[in-house]
Amino acid sequence: MKYMLLINSAPADLAEDVPGTSFEDWQVYDKTVKNSGIFVAGHSLADLTTATTVRVDRDGQRTIATDGPFAETREVLGGYYVIDVPDLDAALDWAARCPGSRGGGSVVVRPVAEFEV
Amino acid sequence: MMDSRAASAVESVFREERGLLLASLVRRFGDLDLAEEVTAEAIEAALVRWPVHGVPPKPGAWLATTARRKAIDRLRRDTTYAARLAILQVEAERAAPAPTAAPGDDLPDERLLLFFTCGHPALPAEDRIALSLRCLAGLSTPEVARAFLVPVDTMAKRIVRAKKKIREARIPFRVPDPDERPERLAGVLQVIYSIFTEGYTASSGPDLQRLDLAEEAIRLARILHKLLPAEREVTGLLALMLLIHARRGARTGPDGRMVLLADQDRGRWDRTMIEDGLALVHVALAGGPAGPYGVQAAIAALHDEAADLTTTDWPQIVALYDVLLTLTPSPIVALNRAVAVAMRDGPQAGLRLIGELADEPWLRGHHPYHAARADLLSQLGRTAEAAAAYRRALELAGTEPERAHLRRRLSSLES
Repeated sequence: MKYMLLINSAPADLAEDVPGTSFEDWQVYDKTVKNSGIFVAGHSLADLTTATTVRVDRDGQRTIATDGPFAETREVLGGYYVIDVPDLDAALDWAARCPGSRGGGSVVVRPVAEFEV
Repeated sequence: MMDSRAASAVESVFREERGLLLASLVRRFGDLDLAEEVTAEAIEAALVRWPVHGVPPKPGAWLATTARRKAIDRLRRDTTYAARLAILQVEAERAAPAPTAAPGDDLPDERLLLFFTCGHPALPAEDRIALSLRCLAGLSTPEVARAFLVPVDTMAKRIVRAKKKIREARIPFRVPDPDERPERLAGVLQVIYSIFTEGYTASSGPDLQRLDLAEEAIRLARILHKLLPAEREVTGLLALMLLIHARRGARTGPDGRMVLLADQDRGRWDRTMIEDGLALVHVALAGGPAGPYGVQAAIAALHDEAADLTTTDWPQIVALYDVLLTLTPSPIVALNRAVAVAMRDGPQAGLRLIGELADEPWLRGHHPYHAARADLLSQLGRTAEAAAAYRRALELAGTEPERAHLRRRLSSLES
């Protein structure tokens, strides 16, 4: 069963400098995920200031926007993993081990929808 | 025409065996919906067959065999569904190897799996309660709806939503590993205690107590205690509920009016239930530091053993609240401790502690806080302040008997 772990970093003003969130911790976690045979996909995302939003209205008119300037006070999606594990408990364990769940950040676990063919 | 004796036999077997049967089917097929459907079909088959052929010698085993056969039939007809379940099964076995089946004819008791799944932290608290009542206590959806005073339709949607999350997010049917057991067990106990407290003092409605819910909670705790006899907090919770429920006959007057602990006719307390509770408290407190339910049960036991309020062992109760505060610090525990201190050292001492809690946002909207403060103020002769506090409590109280009690206090103050 595939789950996406959506990693939200803490708002800058609430971020805590706690153990387990260093660059080395991320490297160790990433390596563990990839060596455990559960890794399907995963990326970390570039800074939110580089984001661009596209909307197309009924008439096909395209609107392109940036959300900025960005408040420091909101959670920001910083990256994701898709993992393949037997059940939700296993997925929650991987989420809890992720450095992104510490220091005021959070990891949202979403099952990947499976459509019968 | 259905023989009424057979019908009631089916009903009682259904009530007793439903959770057991459901759990064993969930264990076997890994699907709650399938398990529920074939459980219902097996009951229907019994309703048709038993009045004609008589109740079989082992009704539970008969229902289990019938339900299993129906599940297998269904899987033969629906091969896509079967294929999906087969994958589930393989993955489930990979995650947790199946225990060897118990010898003999009896169903192995798999209800522990259901306790942990129904009480899973990934489900919203209200869904955990609804599912536990339905799957483990064997209540029908309309019964659960009535117990919580919500429309049947609302409750049905809640149960469907919870089952959908179990199925689609794949919340496993398994007993947590020992390292995560304490945390997960605390969640299961919380579900049972929430059912009990809702039954003990309904949060709204015309009646102060809803005995049916309190008794369902005790029944669930008894099942869990049987499954986990060595878990002292399970023992503690069962003891706590028995020791409180034992006072049910004295908590309300004949007109439904609320009677406080101070004025209760202790002769109407259920002595047998108190004895049961006391025996369990001793077990819950033995062998190492007690948990929060064990400590609360010990406090309830001190009340139940006392002849009246003045001979109650208040120093010991205050000491137990001190322990409880270190285990589960909360403004409610601090409030209860303040009331116990007032009984031990006088109203002035209690009022000082209550005053220290005045800034707790949660307590400001909690009517017992204002009522306790009003009681102490009135004992000190500070009538105007007491009346204001009773009025605030009256605005916040949820059930009619509680409001009536506060109105009586207020009017006796003014006369």
